Amino acid sequence: MGRFEKVEKARDLKRPNIYDYINNIFDDFIELKGDRCGGDDSAIIGGIAFLNNQPVTIVGHLKGHDLNSNLKVNFGMGSPSGYRKALRLMQQANKFNRPIISFIDTPGAYPGVESEQKGIGEAIAKCIEDSFNYTVPKISIIIGEGGSGGALGFGVSDQVVMLENAVYSILSPEGFAAILFKDKDGSRKEEAAELMKLTALDLFEQGIIDKIIPEGDLNSNNFVYDKIGNHLTQEIQTLSRLDKKTLLHNRYERFRKY
Amino acid sequence: MEKSFKKQKDKLSIFKNLRQRNRKNKNTREIPEDLFKKCPHCNEIQTSASYKDNVCPNCGFHLPMNAYERMDLIYDGRYKVLFTTKEAPNPLDFPGYGEKIDELKQKTKLDEAVVCSIGHIGKIKCVVCVMDNRFMMGSMGSVVGEKITKAIEFALKKKLPLIIFTTSGGARMQEGIFSLMQMAKVNGALARFKAANLLYVSYITHPTYGGVSASFAPMGDIVIGEPFAMYGFAGRRVIASTIKQKLPDDFQTTKYNMDAGFIDLIVERSKCKQTLGKILAMHQGVRHG
Repeated sequence: MGRFEKVEKARDLKRPNIYDYINNIFDDFIELKGDRCGGDDSAIIGGIAFLNNQPVTIVGHLKGHDLNSNLKVNFGMGSPSGYRKALRLMQQANKFNRPIISFIDTPGAYPGVESEQKGIGEAIAKCIEDSFNYTVPKISIIIGEGGSGGALGFGVSDQVVMLENAVYSILSPEGFAAILFKDKDGSRKEEAAELMKLTALDLFEQGIIDKIIPEGDLNSNNFVYDKIGNHLTQEIQTLSRLDKKTLLHNRYERFRKY
Repeated sequence: MEKSFKKQKDKLSIFKNLRQRNRKNKNTREIPEDLFKKCPHCNEIQTSASYKDNVCPNCGFHLPMNAYERMDLIYDGRYKVLFTTKEAPNPLDFPGYGEKIDELKQKTKLDEAVVCSIGHIGKIKCVVCVMDNRFMMGSMGSVVGEKITKAIEFALKKKLPLIIFTTSGGARMQEGIFSLMQMAKVNGALARFKAANLLYVSYITHPTYGGVSASFAPMGDIVIGEPFAMYGFAGRRVIASTIKQKLPDDFQTTKYNMDAGFIDLIVERSKCKQTLGKILAMHQGVRHG
């Protein structure tokens, strides 16, 4: 399969979104809203839930399953208030000693006037910086598209895992081709995708991600829900055994190496 | 006979050359290229000598300044350049990237798009990183990320204040995902630096966009903007094509960003050194001079 086909697969509207994963993996999810600075972003959601008997905080991007729902959630493109809401929830997780799980599924942060005026750069930067301070286990899962800084805002963790058909890149292949090949009609997006090495396997080989989670039969999602649930349970247990200093040290070194 | 003839010919050619040179001077009245400068903002032509620190004497527009000009401007005197490198990774094997880097190294005499240094400003020792957009538009690849991270770790170890002058087109696309990872690496170092209660001043110069504006640029304890600097996450063109609307004229200018709450103060270049000196002194609790 060509790399751009993977990109198309990662963007498929039929793929489970963050709510599907939450409902099928966690129990008693309570969604928490608002950035406490005057807004709430529908493209980024979060809350608290049980993973088996372990309370956890969940944050992540929300994509819709069709055009109408996607219009409501801005196609998963987060705004400053979304990142600030997630930041607030992650800080709260740290305070109450809850592990943090982030689901990444975004083409990138929303490029708009209001986004800039409210400081999208600052909001993402703060999410990245603060991720190095939380003394609770933190795991990121790229479930579909992992695009640019908008993805990285939730991508600094002890462990970054990717679903088999997800992609993670500095920019969309279309954007990459437009900038570097001066491609105006999208005719070189396939070539860009090949060069960018953005599939789960590419990124695993380059040491960018820690694990690939197989998706199994795409007509039944139970397989992948089980896989993710088991992986999270196991890894949170392992990470919880580390003392806080070691946890922070390892997280620092994990990103220091690049 | 032949010998004396040649001698005569040589003599004549000297006069011929001299005549030609005189004629050339008279006809063209050549003006040295850098005697005058046209301001890209107000389009006025002024003598280069009237441009102090690359600021237009007519409209006050701040033209870009390279890393060495900046360091000469701010430091009390001598400074030491840190962490120069010969490394030039090409993790995606991007065609032509290695050659482009080599060419820029030759042309700019820089090793990459940032210069890290240590010296004194207002008698206070500090670590300063200055990005230079002559090198790949100041974009952040592995080398830029690594040098800045090293500088932050060094400042932390020595317990020194840190100043970073930003100018960047964003992530270094040619390095793909490795470029994105630099944002995490640098901000990780900043998190540790800040946990030690040390001062980080971020100094935004024209233009600062993309990955840098979503990592270390906005994270200063104090964020200073230079007049006329454009600063934002996505570029004007990208936004205009997304929303299909006309953007405000002052969109993403330093003033716009200050009104929006993301810049503490705008400092003219003539007051750059003086302002940094005061800020450093206040964080050291010692008033000099």
